[in-house]
Amino acid sequence: MDNIINLLNAAVAAGTPLLLGTLGEILTEKSGNLNLGVEGMMFMGAVSGLAGGLAAEQWLGGAGVMAAVGALLISFLAGALGALIYSFLTITLRANQNVTGLTLTIFGTGFGNFFGEILGQRSATGFAQVTQGTQAMFQPIHFGALSDIPILGKLLFSYNWIVYFSVALAILMAWFFKKSRTGLNLRAVGEDPATADAAGINVTRYKYLATIVGGGICGIGGMYMCMVTCNGIWVHGCVSGYGWLAVALVIFATWNPARAILCGIIFGGLTVLRMYFPIKGLATQFYDMVPYIVTIVVLVITSIRQSREHSQPKSCGNNYFREER
Amino acid sequence: MSKEIREHQEPFVRMVKRASIEPKKAWLIRGIALLGAIITGGLLILTLGHNPFEVYASMVQGAFGKKIAIQETVKLTIPLLITGIGISLAFKMRFWNIGAEGQILAGAIAASSIAIYFDHLPHAIVLILMGLAAFIAGGIYGMIPAFFKAKWNTNETLFTLMMNYIALQFVIFLEHQASWQDSRSTFPKVRMFTDTARLPKVFGVHIGWIIALIIVVAAFIYLTKTKHGYEISVVGESANTARYAGMNVRRILVRTMFLSAALAGLVGFLQVSGSDGTLTETTAGGVGFTAITVAWLGHMNPFAMVVVSLFIAMLERGSNSIQTSHNIPASAADLLTGLILFFMLGCEFFINYKLIFRGSRKEEANG
Repeated sequence: MDNIINLLNAAVAAGTPLLLGTLGEILTEKSGNLNLGVEGMMFMGAVSGLAGGLAAEQWLGGAGVMAAVGALLISFLAGALGALIYSFLTITLRANQNVTGLTLTIFGTGFGNFFGEILGQRSATGFAQVTQGTQAMFQPIHFGALSDIPILGKLLFSYNWIVYFSVALAILMAWFFKKSRTGLNLRAVGEDPATADAAGINVTRYKYLATIVGGGICGIGGMYMCMVTCNGIWVHGCVSGYGWLAVALVIFATWNPARAILCGIIFGGLTVLRMYFPIKGLATQFYDMVPYIVTIVVLVITSIRQSREHSQPKSCGNNYFREER
Repeated sequence: MSKEIREHQEPFVRMVKRASIEPKKAWLIRGIALLGAIITGGLLILTLGHNPFEVYASMVQGAFGKKIAIQETVKLTIPLLITGIGISLAFKMRFWNIGAEGQILAGAIAASSIAIYFDHLPHAIVLILMGLAAFIAGGIYGMIPAFFKAKWNTNETLFTLMMNYIALQFVIFLEHQASWQDSRSTFPKVRMFTDTARLPKVFGVHIGWIIALIIVVAAFIYLTKTKHGYEISVVGESANTARYAGMNVRRILVRTMFLSAALAGLVGFLQVSGSDGTLTETTAGGVGFTAITVAWLGHMNPFAMVVVSLFIAMLERGSNSIQTSHNIPASAADLLTGLILFFMLGCEFFINYKLIFRGSRKEEANG
């Protein structure tokens, strides 16, 4: 029983970067842009978040809240920058979405590793790491008596602030797509840009904004990998596949932000399963394959029983050419 | 209302699709884009406190300066070129195979098993077996997602990608197997192959470069002169057209994907047998992704891909040398490759569309 509780607890913590990546990509895809650059944007967010934290420590007087806020803002901006490049190329210059997204991944991976090493070179110790005070900002919050409740305390009140932030974001996004006017307009753009255009919706502006904000959210996911998973130190290739898993999770979540929370926890659980339920004789490498194998299996299953309601926004992957209406 | 319409001015800039463009002009635009990417990279180098001219010069020097450097650059070109050609087969059908990384590893694993278990056979036979095993293993590894795509339209981008990580984990697993390790070492590493499993060298580089050139010509003929090649381009244009024309789209998809991945598998063989002499986690080393750039920048043309892959190999080799000479991280290669591709993707717009600025209407009428 303890093992299950611990696993669930670890699953939530490990699944949060996946959730953030998924949320960012859902927002992007709702506008009809299929951005395969999540991995790249997460890398950009990871290294920039670290740089933001370090810069805040240096110039804004020490570690702590300011460093955490700095990391959050800068990582958002970095992810948004990646998405801006993508948007400019696909929306304004009408480049192929698939190839542009893949390029963003190549670029972002290079960006992350390049600047990660530069940060290391520039620091006195030879590797880039935030101070303990900042590290503490990304530790689980202790809610006093609430956190001490048996089981529930561990399951609900023992995470760092980004976990709560992501869940709140997911719920907000679910509301946004279902109830708000802007959200409904955005969905119209993603489903059928020509009709949305005819209805007076500014397709270009919606696509740009959704993609850029989506990219920023992915960037925060990358920051989580660097600040929480890797403890505020630059690890070469630290995002390693999480961005791609997030792209797959969008499909499993059926483009529903609320369901993405569940998917994030499940896949987070799969990535840490080995630590809680070791099977004797099974090599760790096979454990590490599990999330990817499960992804494939679920991909196949969802493709076999395709339902109209739970499918990709219709125009996803295709650029909109107004004159070709 | 009518006033509003009258006041609505002609937009500052509008675009018109070009009917055609002279090849010279198109290449000029591409050249400018490349220059733009290099300048952007230069600005980045400048902000890091280095002289961009010096750094670029030392990159070229590091890639082509000495005989040994040229050999190393060619060695890097081989996997990029062959994988790029493989990927282009799939991309031509609009099948987004981004699993070349895993397919290379699948080929490398198959070739390595021959090298480990059958190295008592004669040299030529071992090499042929390794090549065949790699070709088939890579092909099958790529056929799996193609089969699901053909049958249920399963998303191939993610499927092929997930297969990369599975192959990588399997390589790490093999590194931990005592029977694959050197008995004198305790490190989790696959042992070095004996000479019977190593490719011979011609002009100081393993014969993979000759194989690569043969594949270039073969791929060109396959794509432009055969029925299969024609089918691939029709499916790429429109799967429905192909279906109406009576083509078996599913079979074409699976067959072409087999070839695409088999070429990647072959690269795995060349890497373990020719380049590294053993199987490691970095046998594929990002080639599967960089080759996407090669295929796209080469416009899926095998001959153009020779030039592009050589250029990117130069970037990678050069980045290694600026790491030692200027202390700039070697990841600069990825960054620069990404930048160049961004610019190239963007410049296609200016090849396909003409921009007309406000007030230039007279010019247009005259011209």
